[in-house]
Order: sequence, then C-alpha cells, then structure tokens
Amino acid sequence: MESAFPVLLVLIKTLLVIVAVLTFVAYLTLLERKVLGWIQVRIGPNRVGPWGLLQPLADGAKLLLKEEITVSAANTAVYIVAPLIVVVCALIPFGVIPFAKGLGLENVLGPVANRFDLNTGVVADINLGILYIFGISSLGVYGVILGGWASNSKYSLLGSIRAAAQMISYELGLSLSVIGVLMLAGSLSLVNIVEAQDSVWKWFVFRQPLGFILFLIAGSAEIARTPFDLMECENELVAGYQTEYSSMKFGLFYLGEYAHLLFLSSLMTTLFFGGWQGPILPPIFWFLGKTFFFVFVFVWIRGTYPRLRYDRVMQFGWKTLLPVGLLNVMATAFVYTLWLKYVG
Amino acid sequence: METILFYVLAVVTLISAACVVFLRRPLHNVLFMILTMIGLATLFILLHAEFLAMVQIIVYAGAVMVLFLFVIMLLNLEEISLPKEPRPLRWGFGVILALALVVVLFPIFSHFTPSVMGKAAPATGNVSNIELIGTELFTTYLLPFEIASILLLAAIIGTVVIGRKLKN
Repeated sequence: MESAFPVLLVLIKTLLVIVAVLTFVAYLTLLERKVLGWIQVRIGPNRVGPWGLLQPLADGAKLLLKEEITVSAANTAVYIVAPLIVVVCALIPFGVIPFAKGLGLENVLGPVANRFDLNTGVVADINLGILYIFGISSLGVYGVILGGWASNSKYSLLGSIRAAAQMISYELGLSLSVIGVLMLAGSLSLVNIVEAQDSVWKWFVFRQPLGFILFLIAGSAEIARTPFDLMECENELVAGYQTEYSSMKFGLFYLGEYAHLLFLSSLMTTLFFGGWQGPILPPIFWFLGKTFFFVFVFVWIRGTYPRLRYDRVMQFGWKTLLPVGLLNVMATAFVYTLWLKYVG
Repeated sequence: METILFYVLAVVTLISAACVVFLRRPLHNVLFMILTMIGLATLFILLHAEFLAMVQIIVYAGAVMVLFLFVIMLLNLEEISLPKEPRPLRWGFGVILALALVVVLFPIFSHFTPSVMGKAAPATGNVSNIELIGTELFTTYLLPFEIASILLLAAIIGTVVIGRKLKN
C-alpha cells in the first residue's frame, strides 16, 4: 500500500493531462473551423448547440458509428497498428511540457508530493526533455508511412512516401533551430528552459529570433500544416496516406494530427515565449493563453497561404532551412562565448 | 521492480530480434528491427545511460530504419524467394560465424561478472549525463572524436559526389 499509493497518484496525474489534452484537441477542431470560416467570411459550424459548441461531440459520435472498412488488399496487422502509432507518438511528448510552476499539493499530500514530482507542473521533468521529444517525434513518422503502405493503394503509398521524405528533411531543421535555445539555457530540461526566461526580455524569441522563425517553418512542415501539407493534398492524392481509412481509424489519424498541432504550439510557448511565466494571472492561464495564440497563428497561416510545390518544399528544406539553421547555431555559439568572456 | 522491467524488456527485445531473422516478409523484418532498437534503448535507460538511449532512438529507430523502410516500399519487395529447403552447408556456416563472433566478443565478456542487471554506469551526482559526455568528448577523447567527425565528413562528401547528376 505504502509504495502503491504514489504510483497511483502519478497515474492519476498522467490521466488528467491526457484527458485535458484530448478535450483541447476536440475543441481545436471547432476552433479551426470557426477561425477558417471567419477568415473566409462565412459563419462556420453553428448548428449543434449554442455557437456550435457541441460540434466536436457530434463529430466524435459520427466517427464512432461509421462503418469500419478494412481494405481487402490491406496488410491487416500493420493497417490497424499505424493509426495507433500516430496517436501514441502525438500524446506522450506532453509528459515533459511544464504547464505550471507548482500545483500547491504539498499542503494536501505532505512530503510524498515532493518526493514523486507530484507537485511540479509537469508529468516528468527529465533532464533530456528535448531529446526525448525529438526521439518520439521521429518515431511518429512510422504511423504515417505504415498507414500508407498497408492500405495497398497508390494514393496512400504516394502520400506516405512524400510524408516520410518531408518529415525526415524537416526534422533536421527543427532540431537545429532549437540548439541555440539549448546553448543559452544551458540545459535540455524544459523546466530549466522555462526558468531561464523569467522576465519578458529574457524570452528566447528575442535572443533567438532566427531560431524562432526556423522553428515555426520547420514545425509547420513537421506536422504537415497547410503550406506543407503535400502528403494529403486533396487535388493530387485524394487524402494521401489516410485515403483508405474510415470510421474511428480515420478519427485516430485526425486526433493525432491535432494533438501534434497542440503539442507544437505548447512547445513553442515553452521554448521561445517563457512557458507559464507571466505577471498577476496564474501560470496555467498564461501557458494556455500563449499556446492557443500559436494554435490561432497556425490556423491563420492555413487560411492565408497556398500550398507549395513538392520539389520546392524539399529544396527549401535542404538548401535554405538547413544552412541557415547551421549558421544560427554557429553565430549563437560565437556571440555567446564572446559575451561570457567580456560582458557576463 | 527494475528486475521485472528488465526481464520483460529483454524478452521483448530478444523475441523481436529473432523475428527479424526468421520472418519472411522484408517489411515485417524491418518493423521488428525497429522494435529491437527501441528495446535496446529501454535497456540503456535501465542502465542509467539516458543520453545513449535517446540517441539510439533518434538515430537508429528514427532515421536509419526509416530509410530502410523507404527502400523496401519503393522497391515493393514481397516475400523473399529463398529456397524453402535450406542448403546443406548453411547450418555449418551459421555455427562457424556464431563461434567467430563469440571469439571476438570474448575479451569483452570476460571482463564482466555475470549478474542480472549488468553493471550500471557510475552515478554522476548533480552533473547530468549529457554534460558529462560532452566534457569527456571534448577533453579526454578529443582526438578520436575529431577523427570520427572527419570520417563522417568524408562519407558525406562521398555521397554527394556519387549522387551528383553528371552533366555532359
């Protein structure tokens, strides 16, 4: 009992974070449709509940009740596992994102709270947080590739090959853009990175502006948002790797996609905009506010920019993003060393 | 707790390693290879080598195996057309190769006393794993590190030269 109790508490904490993420993801779909509607001067969903607020529930019920189709030529085991990989890889990185400073549990639970990291506003503060995130996101590619391959359809296969090539290319740019932040914060732990930005002018967006822009571009390519959604572009590939999926399996791909969007926004908040730091209001409010601002930015980008051509995407990734990222790393290292030597 | 975890992970890793060898569809082999890599990474974590574990996942499971998968998908390899009846000498070759591997690995094995968990890396105290590795690489092992990076650079340049389209 003595040892099972804290494990149970950690499980409850994890579960709470997952439930919160899933709820936010459900309402992200509504937010995206509303904002897109607003950008395109139309109303958007408004039939189910007041202001369409029950729309996500209706969508979920619809997806659950749809007929489950498994393509007869599909490789069944891989076909079923693929959406699961996508969802799992989209959900577990939330474990290292610090969403608040402390939860104030030490008064309720006593010393147990501090011993098992229950009091911190993060599920697991591991000192390799960033590497963990990149590791998991590099595994997420498999869901997309396998889904497209297992469907045994030409559109799916083309979509997943595009996805694989694009995600590998932009992952490099994404990791390079973060290195500057790591150098300045001197840590790979996201909790330490947030603590290093304790005032507005210390936010890494001001100290790493180029890094932030690179991160924004590479990030939206990594989660396949519109200027880079070549892997599922309707007018060439029907729906890319998810063409042959129906019912809840399609729902899982969809869920994974929006969870990724939410995750990337929260990562951007954490790395460049001071995470939960902010005056007066409670930390969780600041964290959610900043995160949803970036979600809005991504929807805004989707409503504004046209899709790129595929060869341009790859060219841009390898020949522009990567060299600029390397340059940013070198320049940051150079200036920071000089700064440490002569000023700090 | 750790011992149970170790056994579960070790069994998963070994079974998937066996599947890599015995399954006959190339794509399934690659999938089990990925599982083996992830299994190895989890074993590294149990040995407190977290940095190594993450690099194992990012480099091997995340990048190298994606390229494997890519090639297999593009070539559309189906079940390999191996003869169903093994050739007479194949078992002999297998045994000889396995013995050769044991001979090569013997000096390493002989250093360890057999125990369940192996020997964990020395505790690093407050200094994090990655900091220690960084410091060691750039002080004690600077020369080997630089030689390895020159080797990698040569390989990169090599791929560019080979992959370049020749214009008349």
